[in-house]
Amino acid sequence: MEEVGLLINGIYLKVPQGYTLLQAAQHLGVDIPTLCYHPELPSEGNCRLCVVEIGEHPHTRLVNSCTYPAESGLQVQTHSEKVLQARRMTLELLLARAPKAKIIQDMAAEMGIHESRFPSEDPNELCILCGLCVRTCREVVGVSAISMAYRTPGKLVTTPFLEPSDACIGCGSCAFICPTEVIPYIEQDGKRIIWGREFEMVRCNVCGNYIAPLAQLEYWAKLTGEPVEHYFVCRDCR
Amino acid sequence: MPKIESVDHLTEYRRQVRARRDPKQQQVLVCSGPGCLPMGSTEVAQAFQEQLQEKGLQGKVVLKSTGCHGLCAHGVRVLLRPQEIAYQKVTLEDVPEIVETSLVGGGVVERLVYHDPVSGQPAVHKSEVPFYQGQKPLVLRKLDEIDPESLDDYLALGGYRTLRKVLFKMTPEEVIEAVERSGLRGRGGAGFLTGRKWRLCRQVPGELKFVICNGDEGDPGAFMDRAVMEGDPHAVLEGMIVGAFAIGARQGYIYVRHEYPLAVKRLSQAVEQAREFGLLGTNILRSGFDFDIKISQGSGAFVCGEETALIASIEGNIGEPMPRPPYPAQQGLFDLPTVINNVETWANVPEIINMGPEWFASLGTEKSKGTKVFSLVGAVNHTGLVEVPMGTTLRQIIFELGGGIPGGREFKAVQTGGPSGGCIPKQFLDLPVDYDSLQEVGSIMGSGGMIVMDTTSCMVDVARYFISFLFEESCGKCTPCREGLRQLLSILNDITSGQGKEEHLALMEEICTTMANASLCGLGQSAANPVLTTLKYFREEYEAHIRDKKCPALVCRPLLTYTIDPEACTACLACVRECPVGAISGPKKEAQHIDQDLCIKCGRCHDVCQFDADTKLRSKS
Repeated sequence: MEEVGLLINGIYLKVPQGYTLLQAAQHLGVDIPTLCYHPELPSEGNCRLCVVEIGEHPHTRLVNSCTYPAESGLQVQTHSEKVLQARRMTLELLLARAPKAKIIQDMAAEMGIHESRFPSEDPNELCILCGLCVRTCREVVGVSAISMAYRTPGKLVTTPFLEPSDACIGCGSCAFICPTEVIPYIEQDGKRIIWGREFEMVRCNVCGNYIAPLAQLEYWAKLTGEPVEHYFVCRDCR
Repeated sequence: MPKIESVDHLTEYRRQVRARRDPKQQQVLVCSGPGCLPMGSTEVAQAFQEQLQEKGLQGKVVLKSTGCHGLCAHGVRVLLRPQEIAYQKVTLEDVPEIVETSLVGGGVVERLVYHDPVSGQPAVHKSEVPFYQGQKPLVLRKLDEIDPESLDDYLALGGYRTLRKVLFKMTPEEVIEAVERSGLRGRGGAGFLTGRKWRLCRQVPGELKFVICNGDEGDPGAFMDRAVMEGDPHAVLEGMIVGAFAIGARQGYIYVRHEYPLAVKRLSQAVEQAREFGLLGTNILRSGFDFDIKISQGSGAFVCGEETALIASIEGNIGEPMPRPPYPAQQGLFDLPTVINNVETWANVPEIINMGPEWFASLGTEKSKGTKVFSLVGAVNHTGLVEVPMGTTLRQIIFELGGGIPGGREFKAVQTGGPSGGCIPKQFLDLPVDYDSLQEVGSIMGSGGMIVMDTTSCMVDVARYFISFLFEESCGKCTPCREGLRQLLSILNDITSGQGKEEHLALMEEICTTMANASLCGLGQSAANPVLTTLKYFREEYEAHIRDKKCPALVCRPLLTYTIDPEACTACLACVRECPVGAISGPKKEAQHIDQDLCIKCGRCHDVCQFDADTKLRSKS
């Protein structure tokens, strides 16, 4: 495999070609905070917490390490003053947006920020628009039932036309991946309600526990070509 | 229109078009540009048509609706050729007189030509009008001369000559070399070297590549690209065909915002004509080169002017930018190598190849070659489009071409580069305008918007306006841009309404630094410029708002106190009737009085007072 050699915080290392700066830093054991990054999802560079400084003084700039490729001879600083300033301000801005989000509070506290100097527009807001839910629905589940809608000021994650989506299979992956647990879903009496739609849950033929919404099992059956009944036995009983 | 099958056929056709035209023939060229159209230029052209008919002149006189003549402040503009008589502010009523005096009599209607505001001297010919004198039109050269809907007009003026040269006498490598040698930099904003971009794209292996024309001009007050798309669409097409040949693309897209319906119409017509004529499609002029163009309409999001967002939009995705690298030249539209340039950049290409890269490079400054089109708007006498060599000073543009500031007021600042540009104060009036000098003073070239401001502008309010525009246009994808703009706007709202605090200034600078350093795309990275430059050059205005609760320019209404001058008041009661809260009262036939406790500072009393009795005063604080 072809390798590229680069300098991270003054330390020379070789990584396989195609590695991002984040992967290279992790390879070296350098911790870069991330929020919208997930190894199983394509990176989009939304949150800007993983920024690092590249280049040689005075011609340096910040790039997001989750998408920037490791280039031969590149000089990277993961914790320079410029980087830390940007990270602190970004966290402070996020803290003002979603003051009750535990993950933001924790990340900010780690950088010495316990309170934001900015007013909160909505103290109950939890969504930080990181887009993990949207990418999971699109890339992992493969149904694209939710997406970002509008620009600022009204940007939000939602179903098309804010209506219950036919594409949604009720799998709940979006709620599972969400770092601030803002996507509400209710499960009771054999029903799951998510994104304004009610899904009927299927019981395991063997143990009787609820497995998943019927829509999800039907989607699996469609993907694999197996009859849907094939999925009516839960993983534990198989 | 015949189908052109070969180079010789094209040459022959052009010869025929030219032979049919008599250079001495009388021409009436009515401007139908973005400025004159809403002032009734269609009706004026119609009136000419009728008058010519009445006087039996049809067939003898050529009447055309052309693209923008530049001097929009004085529309509707009419140019008579070959005499080059430039008429301005032409209305329907003036048409019979022009026809009678100039077309029949061969004279000049003196009241309709430009007059020097000081000496009163008339400037009959276009070349004598100061607005045109300092200009070096290259991209705008043909705009006042051709009918944008006529391919013959474009051909008659040498159009598609470059295409012939490129396809049959040059290799793609030579074309790229020529563009590199010319030093052309992208006219859309960042000023990246066009030739280098093309080379990068050519070097990427693969059969499928794209060229894109970025016609998503969305800056308030800017209409350069619109004027070119509407006025000389074939120049854009020719530039794109040349670029496609150079990089090896077979498909091109023109992305135009749907707020420019005329540009969409004219470009679509031009594409259709070029296709029928054989200049687009398969095996163009039997050269073996295939290329075609599609028009793609955007729904008018400012962020879609950013190249990666624009590409996402053409693909049918949400118009949000993607991190770079990979750059579009490596991996762009549908993940294939793509060269994206803006309208003005493409329109420069035919002329560069035609006149030679050395000629182009002889214009401009060391690092910014050629000319630049600016849309000059705001507090300036001659608003309109100007094209000057790079390095022309702000003073020349604003005072010599633009005719200075109206109403005898003083120049205060000029905002260049659109909403995310900076406000440049008067100590930099002699700054040569090029990419690097603008950057040195904290502004940008952008696509060439130029908004002139006089002393009636409050710079804090100006910053608030641009930040508010950008906040609503930011796609909201990355945190620093989305949340940074939200907080900047909130602080600026506070300051302009008298709630500002001392620590706000340092806080804004902190936000701005993060936005500039850490935002995902050019919009966020440059969005802080209006705040940073006004803080740098007009800090005392911020301080007056915060410390003294005063707006020195008397713009921020919450900081003003409205009082009535008893000496001047005639008790006409216009203000009393207008006041929505009943704060103004007084004895009959005597001076009125404003109850400050009731006053909501809406300013309507001041607007209706005909005697200037309601005087805006600084805040009581």
